[in-house]
Amino acid sequence: MIAAATTIRPAPASSVTKNACKLCAPLGACLVLRGVEGAVPFLHGSQGCATYIRRYMISHFKEPLDIASSNFGETTAIFGGQANLREGLRNVVRQYAPQLVGIASTCLAETIGDDVGFYLRQIAAEGGEPLPELVHISTPSYTGTHVEGFHATVYALVEALAKPGPRHEAINLLPGMISPADLRYLKGLLSDFGLEAILLPDYSSTLDGPIWDEYQRIPPGGTPIEAIRRMGSARATIEFGSTWDRSHTAGTLLEERFGVPRYELPAPMGVTQTDRLVDVLGELAGRPLPSGHAEERGRLIDSYVDAHKYIFGKRAVLYGEQDLVVGLASLLAEIGMVPALCASGGKTGRLQEQIVALEPDLREDATVLEGADFAEIEAHAAAGHFDLAIGSSKGYGLARKLQIPLIRVGFPIHDRVDGPRLLHLGYRGAQQLFDRIVNAVIAAAQDASPVGYSYM
Amino acid sequence: MLPILEARKSQIHETGAEPFRMTCEKPSLAGSVSQRACVFCGSRVVLYPIADAVHLVHGPIGCAAYTWDIRGSLSSGPELHRLSFSTDLQERDVIYGGEKKLYKALIELIDQYHPNAAFVYSTCIVGIIGDDVVAVCRRVESERGIPVLSIQSEGFRGTKKDGYRAACDGLSKLVGTGPTDGVGKTSINILGDFNLAGETWMIRDYYQRIGVEVVATITGDGRIEAIRRAHGASLNVVQCAGSMIHLAKTMEERYGIPHLRVSYFGIEDMAKSLYDVAEFFHDASIVERSRELVRAEVAAIMPELRRYRQALEGRRAAVYTGGAFKAFSLVRSLRTLGMKTVLVGSQTGNQEDYELLRELCDEGTILVDDTNPMELSRFVQEKEVDLFIGGVKERPIAYKLGIGFCDHNHERKIALAGFEGMLNFAREVHSSVMSPVWKLVPRRRRAPS
Repeated sequence: MIAAATTIRPAPASSVTKNACKLCAPLGACLVLRGVEGAVPFLHGSQGCATYIRRYMISHFKEPLDIASSNFGETTAIFGGQANLREGLRNVVRQYAPQLVGIASTCLAETIGDDVGFYLRQIAAEGGEPLPELVHISTPSYTGTHVEGFHATVYALVEALAKPGPRHEAINLLPGMISPADLRYLKGLLSDFGLEAILLPDYSSTLDGPIWDEYQRIPPGGTPIEAIRRMGSARATIEFGSTWDRSHTAGTLLEERFGVPRYELPAPMGVTQTDRLVDVLGELAGRPLPSGHAEERGRLIDSYVDAHKYIFGKRAVLYGEQDLVVGLASLLAEIGMVPALCASGGKTGRLQEQIVALEPDLREDATVLEGADFAEIEAHAAAGHFDLAIGSSKGYGLARKLQIPLIRVGFPIHDRVDGPRLLHLGYRGAQQLFDRIVNAVIAAAQDASPVGYSYM
Repeated sequence: MLPILEARKSQIHETGAEPFRMTCEKPSLAGSVSQRACVFCGSRVVLYPIADAVHLVHGPIGCAAYTWDIRGSLSSGPELHRLSFSTDLQERDVIYGGEKKLYKALIELIDQYHPNAAFVYSTCIVGIIGDDVVAVCRRVESERGIPVLSIQSEGFRGTKKDGYRAACDGLSKLVGTGPTDGVGKTSINILGDFNLAGETWMIRDYYQRIGVEVVATITGDGRIEAIRRAHGASLNVVQCAGSMIHLAKTMEERYGIPHLRVSYFGIEDMAKSLYDVAEFFHDASIVERSRELVRAEVAAIMPELRRYRQALEGRRAAVYTGGAFKAFSLVRSLRTLGMKTVLVGSQTGNQEDYELLRELCDEGTILVDDTNPMELSRFVQEKEVDLFIGGVKERPIAYKLGIGFCDHNHERKIALAGFEGMLNFAREVHSSVMSPVWKLVPRRRRAPS
């Protein structure tokens, strides 16, 4: 136990972020827009933002990821971006024939005070070639992180598109920032319960698709726009994540505006949290857990029993998006590990409270850092004893320095090939994480052994 | 067929067609989805490898986060360049200004890391919120006694090329501020090699073996002290001319140091880089040593190269690079391997570059300037290419269509320069083109080969 669990700041707050544990808001916007059928992400700002974000995301997803830009020049920065926005939109329509363009405003556009909403109304009123749905999202990178950009975009899409209507049986599922494999898993789970799901976003095939016969202007897949419209008359909304501003979530909006009941759940990581999701699904479907999933759950607990000794009391550094860290902390707690350092670059003030809400014992055992960068995480990690690190590729340097294994999860995975196929959620995701964690601990002990062994 | 924007048509040319006219060196078309980055990117890539300086990005977090430890530039000593520092401007900074935060950040970094210089990169909003970065740099410089250089790299102030120029302006403030004692007559600076996978070390070794002293490598494995004494050299040897020619010209005006444009990619260009330098010094022994070196190095790699050539003969390639100069070398290197370039372009080439490419390539080759995914994917399908050489952003275009791909950008971890690098390049091309996985790709199965 290195410290009581408070959001601690032992050193004076630094004026400089060293090796950030967060990305900027427009990246989150682009990720969501890639999960809407026929949509093109459009960044209103300099060309560099689009290109950097493309490169960063392509290195993880290994899929085409076109992001348009209004390409500000010096005169744009002085006179405003309306002309560039108009020209940019026209060119995107000509090249991509999109059903929707999501326009996320960058720090430059926001700082010069561009009123994108007004510009879009004007451009739409001008007539000419028909325009697709245009949705504006305000994502200046000087507020929040990519996570805020992600949620703001889900919110903006629902706000712009969802309509009232006669109730139907579909369930809205707002899963937050998870992997394509997680999205596929959730779709399968709901379908096995006999529930129709509207997932937003759904980049399960747009960002992890099969090889193509010919080039696709926009990768096939994603949440259909028609489905987003129907979210207003769905039977219920299930929203994952608990660390962000609840007053401004798409689920709350659907509840307040259209009376769609909202279930808030933590990301279903591990048996305990997956059980909570499964209970809600069972209630909605009026049937018990389908047998295949019940077997997965049984096998998972069986494997916990088989392997508990190898990991009991092992201490881990967790870092990444706050909801991911909450989910991982809960998973580790249920298998007897100690999530001794839980860190995020995000800063909503809720990380510690939410970890403790799921796992009260962690109040004593976990040090929680919000608004942290990797320099700070590393300093804390170096001051204690840790057995492994769990997080994105960006913690590789930390793990290497501490000579502990790194279990790669979340985003970005820039130094392995399977980022989009990593599964974190549900019994199946817990099984994969558990196996990887236990094997890493076993391998570390095996490698450290002076004699080596092939039987244990 | 994938559409091409009317406004882009003058930036595309098929060799053989007349008249030859190529529009280039202009801002990217809004909404075209250019593969280019921005001014900041240009400055950041050029200065990145200087390993004993702190590089502080002044702005919101994105620009620093996306450029953290992304280049394969190696250092023989300090590794400050691999750290990412940002003032991480927040909403209140945008309202009240970021000067105080910048000052504190610089002091903190200098006191913690003891660098030999600091570079401050301005991002888009810095000028707009009215920060006087130059004044802050001057103050910290006088308080901490190391050069603190303001790089005016606001993303929207032009293209990547303007970023190169801003970086060169920063470097030219360092050049000439150090002693030149002990620098001999037969000496050069290596400009425009970034020591990806140790390439600068290979090149430096070649020059030393032929009897030429290397004063500063700018910026591969770069050090502030070496840059400060670079004006002691007799010649600047400039690769990647797009990024470094501005510094070479400044040094020519200021110190009368002439420059040579070279490329280290491919046997022909590598050999010419040595011969041209040897010739410049009018020294028969250097010329002779260059010949011996080239002879020995080529002999060492030829047997293996020939084997690859046999397998690769007649295959078709597409090349898209940042600067056009690298594209010339790649077209020639591919030819060494028996391959034909059918699509070639760059983000920042000029009229002269495209003229040269037109002469270099066979008839029917598509030339593109500042192209985009739609055009690239259309032409690689049309021209049935077997291999695409480019950077990260081009890779999924190739892979999605089941086409081999070689990374020739700054992320790579394999040395491709020099003679040894030519062999690595051939291995890379060979393993990309000859992999059996293409046989499983439906599109490639159908295509006549």
